[in-house]
Order: sequence, then C-alpha cells, then structure tokens
Amino acid sequence: MTSNSGIQKHLTKLLNKDVRYDGRKKDEFRDVSVETDVSANAEGSARVIIGNTEVLAGVKLSVAKPYADSPDVGMLMVNAEFSAMASREFEQGPPSVESIELSRVIDRGIREAHAVDMAKLCIEAGELVWSVSIDIITINDDGNLMDAAGLAALAALKDARLPKLEDGKVNYKERTKDKLPMLKEPIPVTVNCIGEQLFLDCTADEMPHVEARLTTAILANGTLCAMQKGGVKTLTIEQIDTMVEMAIKASKDLRKKL
Amino acid sequence: MAYKKRNDGRKFEECRPIEAKAGIIKNATGSAMFRIGKTVAYAAVYGPREMFPRFMKDPTKGVLRCHYTMMPFSGMGERIRPGQNRRAKEISLVTKQALAEVVDLSEFPNAAIDVFVEVPEADAGTRCAGISAAAIALADAGIPMKEMISAVAVGRVSDSLAVDLDYSEEAHEEGAADIPVAFTSRGGKVSLLQMDGDLTREQLKSALEMGKKACEDIYKVQVAAIKARYEVKNDK
Repeated sequence: MTSNSGIQKHLTKLLNKDVRYDGRKKDEFRDVSVETDVSANAEGSARVIIGNTEVLAGVKLSVAKPYADSPDVGMLMVNAEFSAMASREFEQGPPSVESIELSRVIDRGIREAHAVDMAKLCIEAGELVWSVSIDIITINDDGNLMDAAGLAALAALKDARLPKLEDGKVNYKERTKDKLPMLKEPIPVTVNCIGEQLFLDCTADEMPHVEARLTTAILANGTLCAMQKGGVKTLTIEQIDTMVEMAIKASKDLRKKL
Repeated sequence: MAYKKRNDGRKFEECRPIEAKAGIIKNATGSAMFRIGKTVAYAAVYGPREMFPRFMKDPTKGVLRCHYTMMPFSGMGERIRPGQNRRAKEISLVTKQALAEVVDLSEFPNAAIDVFVEVPEADAGTRCAGISAAAIALADAGIPMKEMISAVAVGRVSDSLAVDLDYSEEAHEEGAADIPVAFTSRGGKVSLLQMDGDLTREQLKSALEMGKKACEDIYKVQVAAIKARYEVKNDK
C-alpha cells in the first residue's frame, strides 16, 4: 500500500492535537492481553492480542550437536510467519522480507539481552545442547505486529517447560517442571513517526502513512538491548531520544502484562 | 488383547468434546475455529477477490483455493518445518475437493475464493477439523452453499471400530486403520475419503455409517456456531 498524501495530512492534523482515529492519545497502547499455554504440544506457548492484532507464539525444544565455534552454549532460533490468514495483504508462499526483518529484530532482542542463559542449555560440551525454536504466527494483523510478536515470544519462553531427557534423546511425552533459564526480559516497543509527530502502537489504518519507525527492546532497568530503524524518513538525534523515552515509559506497562 | 475400552473412556461411537466459533479473525471475509479434543483448526476465507496469477481465472465461475498448514509448534515431538510440505499440499488438495461441490461460485466469475486453514494444536484428525472449520468460515463469509460439510476421522483400533481417533489410538500396537471422511449435511454423501491401515469390506461399511452419525452431531455444532455469530443481542 502506498501513502495517500491527503490522508497523511489529515492524520498529521489529528496527531498535532494528540488525537488518533480510534480516540487514543499518541503515547497510548490499545488493550493488551497475554495468555500462556495455548497449545498443548508446544513446550511453551502464548497468545498476544493488541486491539484487533493477534499473534500466537510457540516454543519447541530439541537437542542437537552444538556449532563448532560455540560448543558449550545452546541454540536459539526465531521464525515469524505472516500467515495469509491474517490479512489480505499477506500471500501464501516463501517468507516475505518483512517477516524476515521481524524475525531477526525479535531474535536480536532476545539474543542480545541474554534473555535465555545459553550456557545453561549445554548438556555435554561439544556433543549435546538444547535447541530452542520460537515460531510466531500472525492470526489477525491490525498493525504493530512487531510489539505483539516480541511480547508473545517472550511470554512463550517464560511458559516453556523442558521435556524429559533420556540417554541423550528427548521424551516429548513427559515434561519436567524445569523452566528455561531466563535471565532478562526484553520488552519490544515500536515508536512511529509521521511528520514531526511520534506515536505508539500504530494500527493497520495508520501503518501505510508511517514515514519512520524505531523498534527498541528494553530491559527492566530501562537499558536498551536492540534497535531497528525502519522507513525512509530521516530522524534527528533529539527525535530518537524522545522515541527512546516514550519506549521506556511504555515498556513498564507492557512488562506488567507478562 | 483386544481394545475394549478407549484410552480416554469414550464410547466407540463418541467424538471428543467439540467446540466451534465463527468470526474469530476480523480481517477475513469469514472465519472459524473448530476444536475436537486437543485438535484445533482455524480457518479464514478471503474473497471473492481478484485472482492472481491471472491465467488461473475461470470466466464461468469463481475458483476455490485451499491452503492447509500446521503451525511449527502444533505437533507432539519435533518442530515441524514451516511452509507447505508434501503432506500439507496433499491435504490442501483434498480439503478443496471435500468442499468444492457444495459451494456455488457461479456468481463470481474470474474471482478467487481463498481458504486458509492453520492448525495451532494437533492430536490427530487435523484435516477433518480443518474441513469442518473451513465449511463454517465459508458460510460466515456469505459464500452460497447448497449444503454444509462436516468431517471426522473414523477407523479401526485393534479389532474395534471407533470414531474420532486420537494419536494414542492411531498408534495402537495391535494396528489401526484411519479413515478421514466428510459428509454433506442433507444428502449424506461422502466428499472426502482417505484410508490407511487395513480393513475388511464389512468394517469399512460400518465405519462409514458411524462416521455419518458423528458428522450429524458435528453439523449441529457448526450450525450453532454460525447462528451464534449472527445472533441479535437485545440490550435492555
């Protein structure tokens, strides 16, 4: 979808008055709900709903031979699928560049925050480690998939229980009470920019008119652990500082949902 | 050792608890969730909409397309690689064939009607749950339908015939036969039939009769889901 300058002007006018299509203020999220253990066969799973946006995340655990360059740490992979079920814009077929970007941004947030203690996932150095796969599936897209997906991934990781390990093989029928060794919880928050205006949690209606966005992953102490600028519009250092301030503030409320 | 009592205590002609809901995906033209025991399917219908690629257009009627996918974390055991594998492609094909006869697409020449089925949680019978969900979603989308389609897996576990097998029954050590089957609601005709395992002619006939009865119950749940979606709530 391309931007229509008339609508963009209208949106900017509204944002100047701190008003959105759905009556929210610029720094307001829609209602957020997080539900865990939503799929029995996944070792961990979560459903996140933000307004009309809905995503599912599932964690599958397996054992594998570690990479030669990191023989004593576990493995982690994040994959996001923009299911054609979720929007008329999404197509069936190989992953789109947008879904790959989303996967990689969420991956960075979790990896660089050291959300999971990868060293503790080592079973036998050089031989066997736990491999964590996080899959995120969109159910309905009404904007802000990035924040919904990141929150779902984190909730699913926290929900996960290790299956039983027998002679180096996984017995999926028996699940232990052991959780994944979580160290930190990076909360993703995306701040959007139209003209001079900055706002959170954009809807599908607003998204085509967003000129720049900044996705951040924020830890409990307010530290940033991953960022991704999107869109073609350039940002000033002051704007980035304000965006980070908004994100840190919003991350506090989102953290309470977990 | 014969299989005289089902693992979960059900009667042999009894399905697991069934739940259905229409209109679960706001962006879709029509959508539904169908749960049978621990097997869950979501279905979304988009269309009638313009057909791409264009050469697939049919100038006489709309074209029904179905895509079935299991979510990577839905199955017991290892992660399923995302995307359409050979199994998913075949199931997409039989899903389309199971639904095609009851939908009337004569009013939508050149258009595509896309059905997307996703399985978030699987405990056997996923293609049947997908078809039952897709039928509700098509009705929810307002696509003209001559009849409803309801699907269930029937089969043999050891020496007993049973309806709606779960994984533990499909994997029974004394052998099992699995027959996914779909019935039209009014004609009671078969629109999906697959089988693996081994079965006598008599057993097949009895199993199909059991499946037909089970589909009559599933049909009631499907109709209730659509009615609930369009129920007018009187606010006092």
